[in-house]
Amino acid sequence: MGAEIDPLDFLEIDRLLTEEEREIRDAVRAFVEGEILPGIEGWFESATFPREVAKGLADLGLLGMHLEGYGCLGANAVSYGLACLELEAGDSGFRSFVSVQGSLCMFPIRRYGSDEQKERWLPAMARGEVIGCFGLTEPDAGSDPASMRTHARRDGSDWVISGTKMWITNGGIADLAVVWAKTDEGVRGFLVPTDSPGFSTHDIHRKLSLRASVTSELVLDEVRLPGDAVLPGVVGMKGPLSCLTEARYGIVWGAMGAARSCFETALNYAKERVQWGRPIAGFQLTQRKLADMAVELNKGMLLALHLGRMKDEGRLKPQQVSMGKLNNVRVALEIAREARAILGANGITLEYPVIRHMNNLESVYTYEGTNEIHTLILGEALTGLRAYDR
Amino acid sequence: MDVVVLVKYVPDPTGTPKLGEDFLVVREGTDGTLDPGDEYAVEAGLRTVEAHGGEVTLVSMGPEVAMSAIRKGLSMGAHRGVLVTDPALRGADALATARVLAAAVSRRPFDVIFTGSESTDGYTGTVPMAVAGLLGIPALTFARKVEVGEGAVRIERQTDLGYDVIEAPIPALVSVTASAAEPRYATLKGIMAAKSKPVEQLSLADLGLDPATVAPTQRVLGITPAPSKGAGEIVQDGDGAVARIVDLLVEAKVI
Ligand SMILES: Cc1cc2nc3c(=O)[nH]c(=O)nc-3n(C[C@H](O)[C@H](O)[C@H](O)COP(=O)(O)OP(=O)(O)OC[C@H]3O[C@@H](n4cnc5c(N)ncnc54)[C@H](O)[C@@H]3O)c2cc1C
Repeated sequence: MGAEIDPLDFLEIDRLLTEEEREIRDAVRAFVEGEILPGIEGWFESATFPREVAKGLADLGLLGMHLEGYGCLGANAVSYGLACLELEAGDSGFRSFVSVQGSLCMFPIRRYGSDEQKERWLPAMARGEVIGCFGLTEPDAGSDPASMRTHARRDGSDWVISGTKMWITNGGIADLAVVWAKTDEGVRGFLVPTDSPGFSTHDIHRKLSLRASVTSELVLDEVRLPGDAVLPGVVGMKGPLSCLTEARYGIVWGAMGAARSCFETALNYAKERVQWGRPIAGFQLTQRKLADMAVELNKGMLLALHLGRMKDEGRLKPQQVSMGKLNNVRVALEIAREARAILGANGITLEYPVIRHMNNLESVYTYEGTNEIHTLILGEALTGLRAYDR
Repeated sequence: MDVVVLVKYVPDPTGTPKLGEDFLVVREGTDGTLDPGDEYAVEAGLRTVEAHGGEVTLVSMGPEVAMSAIRKGLSMGAHRGVLVTDPALRGADALATARVLAAAVSRRPFDVIFTGSESTDGYTGTVPMAVAGLLGIPALTFARKVEVGEGAVRIERQTDLGYDVIEAPIPALVSVTASAAEPRYATLKGIMAAKSKPVEQLSLADLGLDPATVAPTQRVLGITPAPSKGAGEIVQDGDGAVARIVDLLVEAKVI
């Protein structure tokens, strides 16, 4: 009892979780095993996002689970993180879906919306009846979103928005787009029903990453919205940036899910694959790979949990989330690549989850602030000197 | 409609259970869970109260950690839980278990008791009938389909060749198979709500049971590993091959 080391929980991090947190984690894991893993190879290969699974995620209670009220669960940040981890151990596409819905769309409505906006959208979004997307990035405004061109002007009591948003997760399947646009007062957030005249989307095809997730371009051509479509509670880039901090927090955990799946697959494979008359796990070079993977996985988990506890205490700063995103996605990608190598030729097929996670993590490395941008955020926090000004 | 579901906490079925010196499964300090077979019973119970109103009470016997099996059932949607736990019950055999469960169930009126068909760790498959026998109610076993109606319950009982349709007046006990009702996922809301649902922990004294009546009447003297499977038979092409295959299929009760 307790004497053996569990390769998947080397440091007994499990014990740092409450019973309820473990139960929530187990419930999401059971859902992933039952509803996502059996279909994911096919969805990834055919580049489809299964709507019925999205409904299941809603029924489970995952959409907006860390928000209070309006049909949301009100779970703590650690539980939300664990849910992201388990989802991403299935596929980054589903974690992305939940991040976009909960952290990028429901969060700003909850934080900056009017009572009417909250009543109108949040319960339906928690039930998965309204799917959201978050439009910040543009073809010419990526890491520097403040250079956006999308513009909203007042016309009587209405707003009229024009512009193009690019790389928008859930864009083509969304019912509601949270669009950030320049106004005379500064950047503001708009709740744009996707059936508004002048609004159209074009899905991005031929992706080799996040294939089981919809990524689209949004085109707003003189889209006319009533005056109450604007989020009243925030003006300026701190609006969208605060949403990104929320979603990045989920990624800190999610990346560890993809990494765990790769590590587990590689460990099992190495113990079974025999070359030179013995399991390849018995070779020192393989053991070094496995040991390094386990070290980074456990460190990343501790980092995620630490940030989660800080978030639950209400003291987590965006720069601290940046440290988590920078590290955990980077090490997850390294773990995925090492695991890919351990699997040899099998590592390049969809029969094993590894190359799928590896390719997905390339997106995760780029979106929600690239690795470079988070490095610069840390650099600024450390030195007080901002290295990414215009 | 008052529904009772008997649930068991078993060592994690994906792991290898450890046996103690007395050849009994070590339950302390090992990861465990609600018996997956019992999830079907919980689902059948939930569907019954969804159709007819009422509440689902989970009843379990086991060590204190068995409360986690009850909580799992509560997070699926059951309403209350009762756990009987007592040091004197360590090593309880199937009959003793049935005595305890029957005593716990009979404290309140009930209409239907659902159980799994057999536990994933012990596999005796005798507890459901014994509980029904002790309570003096009909046992409808191996249900692949359950319909609870006014005053009666009707099941399709799985048999080797097909199924029998059986009906009994309620109160009655129904043991379900994995075809009866695909269990729902525990939802996050269910998990958070489970915390505030009433659970009782009872001892033998609370049930008015004398430890002597539940003392084990059997002892495991020794165990041997199951013989490993021999090589399969390869039926070669040629005369008699078809007949041999038919014989094998009949032997396997497939045709
Ligand atoms: C699958 C996917 C889904 C996405 N979903 C969404 C979504 O739902 N909503 C949304 O708004 N956006 C979304 N994005 C967009 C994503 O946030 C951007 O791709 C990201 O911000 C980077 O912008 P960019 O691609 O234009 O790259 P660029 O900003 O052009 O960067 C190119 C390279 O230059 C580097 N670089 C940039 N500036 C500096 C600097 N100052 N110093 C050093 N290096 C620098 C970057 O790190 C990067 O390596 C998604 C992207 C992907 C791939």
